Amino acid sequence: MDFLDALPRFAFLQHALLAGVLAGVACGVVGSFVVVRRITSIAGAIAHCVLAGLGAARWLQVVHGQAWASPMLGAVAAALTAAVLIGVISLRAKEREDTLIGALWAVGMAVGILFIARTPGYDQDLMSYLFGNILLVRGSDLWLMLVLDVVVVVLCIALYPQLQAVCFDEEFARLRGLHVELYYLLLLGLTALTVVLLVTVVGIVLVIALLTLPAAIAGQLTSTLRGMMAAAAALSIAFTITGLAVSYGPDLPAGATTIVIAGLAYLGVLALRRLIGAARASRAH
Amino acid sequence: MSAPVIELEGVSFAFDGRHPVLSDVTLAVEPLSFACMIGPNGGGKTTLLKLILGLLEPSTGRIRVLGTSPQRARHRIGYMSQHATLDRAFPVRVLDVVLMGRLGPRRVAGPFDRADLAAATGTLELVGLAGWERRPFADLSGGQRQRVLLARALTSSPELLLLDEPASGLDQKVERDFFDLLLELNRSTTVVLVSHDLGFVQSFVRSVICVHGTVDVHPTNQLDGNTIRELYSGEVRMVRHDHSE
Repeated sequence: MDFLDALPRFAFLQHALLAGVLAGVACGVVGSFVVVRRITSIAGAIAHCVLAGLGAARWLQVVHGQAWASPMLGAVAAALTAAVLIGVISLRAKEREDTLIGALWAVGMAVGILFIARTPGYDQDLMSYLFGNILLVRGSDLWLMLVLDVVVVVLCIALYPQLQAVCFDEEFARLRGLHVELYYLLLLGLTALTVVLLVTVVGIVLVIALLTLPAAIAGQLTSTLRGMMAAAAALSIAFTITGLAVSYGPDLPAGATTIVIAGLAYLGVLALRRLIGAARASRAH
Repeated sequence: MSAPVIELEGVSFAFDGRHPVLSDVTLAVEPLSFACMIGPNGGGKTTLLKLILGLLEPSTGRIRVLGTSPQRARHRIGYMSQHATLDRAFPVRVLDVVLMGRLGPRRVAGPFDRADLAAATGTLELVGLAGWERRPFADLSGGQRQRVLLARALTSSPELLLLDEPASGLDQKVERDFFDLLLELNRSTTVVLVSHDLGFVQSFVRSVICVHGTVDVHPTNQLDGNTIRELYSGEVRMVRHDHSE
């Protein structure tokens, strides 16, 4: 069945569409910070630590009957914990930063797998955690996503001058009397919340691509950080919806389809810029 | 007579605690002076600058800037860093960069106001870049970027200007204009700059702070070949380009 025909009929598709829009907004804003501040690997590590939170929450719910421990809550807790840990590590141990980030990346994931192994009958959850399943988003998830979105966007708008200055020239920002470390931790916290939003859409493994590709494309198109954020948000929403629509008919995984589309768009923009650059150079001669 | 703008007493610094980069530095920079720190690479120029800015703590000794500790004086200093250390791909416009100079500990959140914008536009005019507000920073030449960073340093109306290698990457004409501008600013502000090049030093600055593990200060007119050979162990090119009005 065609996506556009199915959309008005099925609530799960409408939820998926809304989830894509909500995640895309935060993705564009925070993804731009992640790209210009060059903390992609940190975002990756946070994303993989989310599995520990998802696994632990599932385990508490199923094995111990703790109904409050929703996977989303677990994801938020794990992502924020990972952000604080990585933040403190990278501020204190600059020379071993990449090793420690790599270690946390794998350990976070391993902890999640252990919890899931101890939770009977929930092996299939693993696949949707890792690769996302936007079609499983429920109404209650959407409300939590909206809250996360509002938190992320309001903080980024309110502190935009400070965050921009810290990302552009940390030393100068420090000399202006800004608490650079605090802003750095805040940025990692915002990244953590955004990662949780995106995990719902594309899953842990693919988060990095959706966080960075729209921002990377947007960076080629605009000359201000706020312009980059707006363009990245629009692109992220467009990729998610296109991914959803394209994958629906042939029953492909929506997350993976979205990422391939984003990747192709990025390559296309790079190639186009090359061509334009070459054309300009030849005209100049 | 007012107190020195920068005052160091018996200051030593070592990164590893054993091999001092600077030892027993005593130095006073008087108000409204125009001084240049010169010295060989690894001689401690950048370290001295970072000590004055409070980015490093001295192992021993005492530093006072504008009559207080470097950390407290910080936001009253206009600091111009080297543009080469900045990310060229960062999407930011000239006005955005200059406005960063308006940030401070008292601004908690929210956008810049009209006074900030007026100050930023005013300093851009001062450095000869009126009307350049909306240009992408990445598209500028080296000299233009230096001017933007100077405007950023000036936009907070600093009492002391500290400039790290402001002449790097500038051609001679641009360099001369740039230093004319600094001389103009020096009428109301103390200016201290760091340079590894002696070329322009003699024609512009009034005193030279030689940094080579220790520090000694020479009035520019007493600087001769011997002092400089001693400082650089004979490796330096002694270029004079005389400054004509």
